[in-house]
Amino acid sequence: MATEILMPALSPTMEEGTLAKWLVKEGDTVKSGDILAEIETDKATMEFEAVDEGIVGKLLIAEGTQGVKVNTPIAVLVEEGESADAAPAAKAEPTPAAAEAPAAAPAQAAAPAPAPVVDQSPDWPEGTPMKTMTVREALREAMEEEMTRDDTVFLMGEEVGEYQGAYKISQGLLDKFGPRRVVDTPISEIGFAGIGTGAAMAGLRPIVEFMTFNFAMQAMDHIINSAAKTLYMSGGQMGAPMVFRGPNGAAARVAAQHSQDYAAWFAQIPGLKVVMPYSAADAKGLLKQAIRDNNPVVFLENEILYGRSFEVPDLEDFTIPFGKAKVVRQGRDVTLVSFGIGMTHALEAAEKLAGEGIEAEVIDLRTLRPIDYATVIASVQKTNRCVTVEEGFPVCSIGNHLSAYIMENAFDYLDAPVINCTGKDVPMPYAANLEKHALITSDEVVAAVKKVTYR
Amino acid sequence: MVRKPAAKESTSNVSRDELLKYYRDMLLIRRFEEKAGQLYGMGLIGGFCHLYIGQEAVVVGLEAAAKEGDKRITSYRDHGHMLACGMEARGVMAELTGRSGGYSKGKGGSMHMFSREKHFYGGHGIVAAQVPLGAGLAFADKYRGNDNVTFAYFGDGAANQGQVYETYNMAELWNLPVVFVIENNQYAMGTSMKRSTKSTTLFGRGEAFGIKGEQVDGMDVLAVKAAAEKAVAQCRAGNGPYILEVMTYRYRGHSMSDPAKYRTREEVQKMRDERDAIEHVRDLLLTGKHASEDDLKAIDKEIKDIVNDSAEFAKESPEPALEELWTDIYAEEKSA
Ligand SMILES: Cc1ncc(C[n+]2csc(CCOP(=O)(O)OP(=O)(O)O)c2C)c(N)n1
Ligand SMILES: [Mg+2]
Repeated sequence: MATEILMPALSPTMEEGTLAKWLVKEGDTVKSGDILAEIETDKATMEFEAVDEGIVGKLLIAEGTQGVKVNTPIAVLVEEGESADAAPAAKAEPTPAAAEAPAAAPAQAAAPAPAPVVDQSPDWPEGTPMKTMTVREALREAMEEEMTRDDTVFLMGEEVGEYQGAYKISQGLLDKFGPRRVVDTPISEIGFAGIGTGAAMAGLRPIVEFMTFNFAMQAMDHIINSAAKTLYMSGGQMGAPMVFRGPNGAAARVAAQHSQDYAAWFAQIPGLKVVMPYSAADAKGLLKQAIRDNNPVVFLENEILYGRSFEVPDLEDFTIPFGKAKVVRQGRDVTLVSFGIGMTHALEAAEKLAGEGIEAEVIDLRTLRPIDYATVIASVQKTNRCVTVEEGFPVCSIGNHLSAYIMENAFDYLDAPVINCTGKDVPMPYAANLEKHALITSDEVVAAVKKVTYR
Repeated sequence: MVRKPAAKESTSNVSRDELLKYYRDMLLIRRFEEKAGQLYGMGLIGGFCHLYIGQEAVVVGLEAAAKEGDKRITSYRDHGHMLACGMEARGVMAELTGRSGGYSKGKGGSMHMFSREKHFYGGHGIVAAQVPLGAGLAFADKYRGNDNVTFAYFGDGAANQGQVYETYNMAELWNLPVVFVIENNQYAMGTSMKRSTKSTTLFGRGEAFGIKGEQVDGMDVLAVKAAAEKAVAQCRAGNGPYILEVMTYRYRGHSMSDPAKYRTREEVQKMRDERDAIEHVRDLLLTGKHASEDDLKAIDKEIKDIVNDSAEFAKESPEPALEELWTDIYAEEKSA
């Protein structure tokens, strides 16, 4: 049967092209792979190969013709002894046999508005006995409990085993679980982040420790492109149930390359969950939750907080759900929203403000993806003012995002513009006095609150 | 047509059924890819589409050494790997056309397909990312204590990425059961190997990490199979990774929009005429009197039907429902 050869699309953007040159003539026998013609696309001159075998019955478009639309018949291929006129009438444009798409997507492009349901239920039952514990101990306990609970959980990273952890978070885990489950790696961030992600795709639950998140920049590709996107790209067939954890943000006097808060970077990525705890109880409950979660979780710790002590519930097992912020301090005059070490400044500022008769409500977001918008909005509806507090850079910060969200969803409740208190827009300097100025302080938060309360 | 005579030693122990299977599997890939190229030309497939034509013997030879449970992972040039490990032509083609009947429901496209059932772990668009991921798959099998092996395929261009060497180091350090398969088709887009490295071999780079390897003629499926068996045996026995540098050639451009001005038409034609892997097996079948021209014609027809059926399916399968935009971003909450 005669077949038509159609003008091909030879690039992702080509709609028409020039038939620059025929490399076959009528009567030639061609087989699959033979070059039929040279075609100029919007980008380049391309060779066009035959797919079927046959005899060139007729060339329908002359050499040099410009503006030949994609899918126009350009030649007819016939079989031995057949005439070119036997070609079927040109078929209609092949249009996708798609279900007619409704004009608008069912969900809006922007994140759907939150159900205005605020969950401020207690994280553990009333009357639970408490014990005092550092964030460091809390994190270690969380890993120990989860590794005991589930054999597929393992820890890998630099110095996590024999050295007992660069920041001693994994102290004792090698002794307890052995080298199969506490894996010391060479200094190869992209390599071991990729190996961890592959192991997760195969169903294990790796905890990949970065000595600090500054070094995770080397591994960014696997966190974003491999771990976060696989579930979507595979149509739900497989994902990466794993945790990337380690200290994030400024430590003290370690200068520009070792002092950066990456919260806003990771929080932008669909497919990741992002956690940044402040207290030891949250560190423990959220890390346990992160290890059990079936998605890649970026768990941002803080070196300065590691040694701080908090009250932690003395329970055999407890987890804290993601997407549930915590109102740490009640107040009616202004809402302070923070997370991670930013909470130190927010709480300090609230204390100072209370001395001046301003009652600040302090919200610890705890997780940045998902974000508990409902709790923030409900508080702003009550206080009508909001200041966000974080250590990261000011441009495209978490505070910027919250400001936009509040403006869109609680505009009528605002009595003043939202102010974002952030780190300064400079690389972290080494000099003690400069470093102090680069970081956010509680005095800056106090000043911002006075501005939004017009005092 | 001048063809090299088939190497005697590699053919002596091969059964008729085996040869026919390789012929069929390679032909399916070639015809499938030709059809994909055609559908691309018709605008039914969009974006990037990297064809495997010319390289068929690599994956078919490797798969001949695999057993159930073994895993595979590769780059964006992945259609051949999927067909060779038993994934359905329909599902692959429908993914290429971005339809709901595709392996990723149309959300992955040519470069991103997966099959849990066939232990196919993608389909990766970032050059060399699949190398540590593949070692991670092998890590999981070693952790579980089974004897599965992972095949991690990557190109000569990918071999210049740093993460490959981080992976070599850890794979050998931890004795991971992974076969690194370098598909050396001699070009990374428009950059020939000569223009990207002074190394004369790529497998040799493993030596620095203590990994054994060898170069294999990738236009000879039997040579690939023999080397694969050796590599796999070493991995299965718990002796750590192995590198196979499989010398091959892609006939088509890097992707559909590559004008391929970096090599001559004669160079391509010479490979096609003298070294074609499918013609090679065809010769073995005919000269060994394992099959007649008619037998092979029947196979050609069978393959053509499968490919045409997949194309029909891929055209008729509906586009994904718009709700799919918002699904598969997160897996349900917690582990059991
Ligand atoms: C990290 C990265 N850099 C660049 C690219 C663009 N790119 C895609 S394929 C390719 C060439 C790769 O060649 P090779 O590894 O030899 O594989 P082949 O295409 O020959 O199969 C390049 C540069 C990419 N996808 N990822
Ligand atoms: Mg290449």
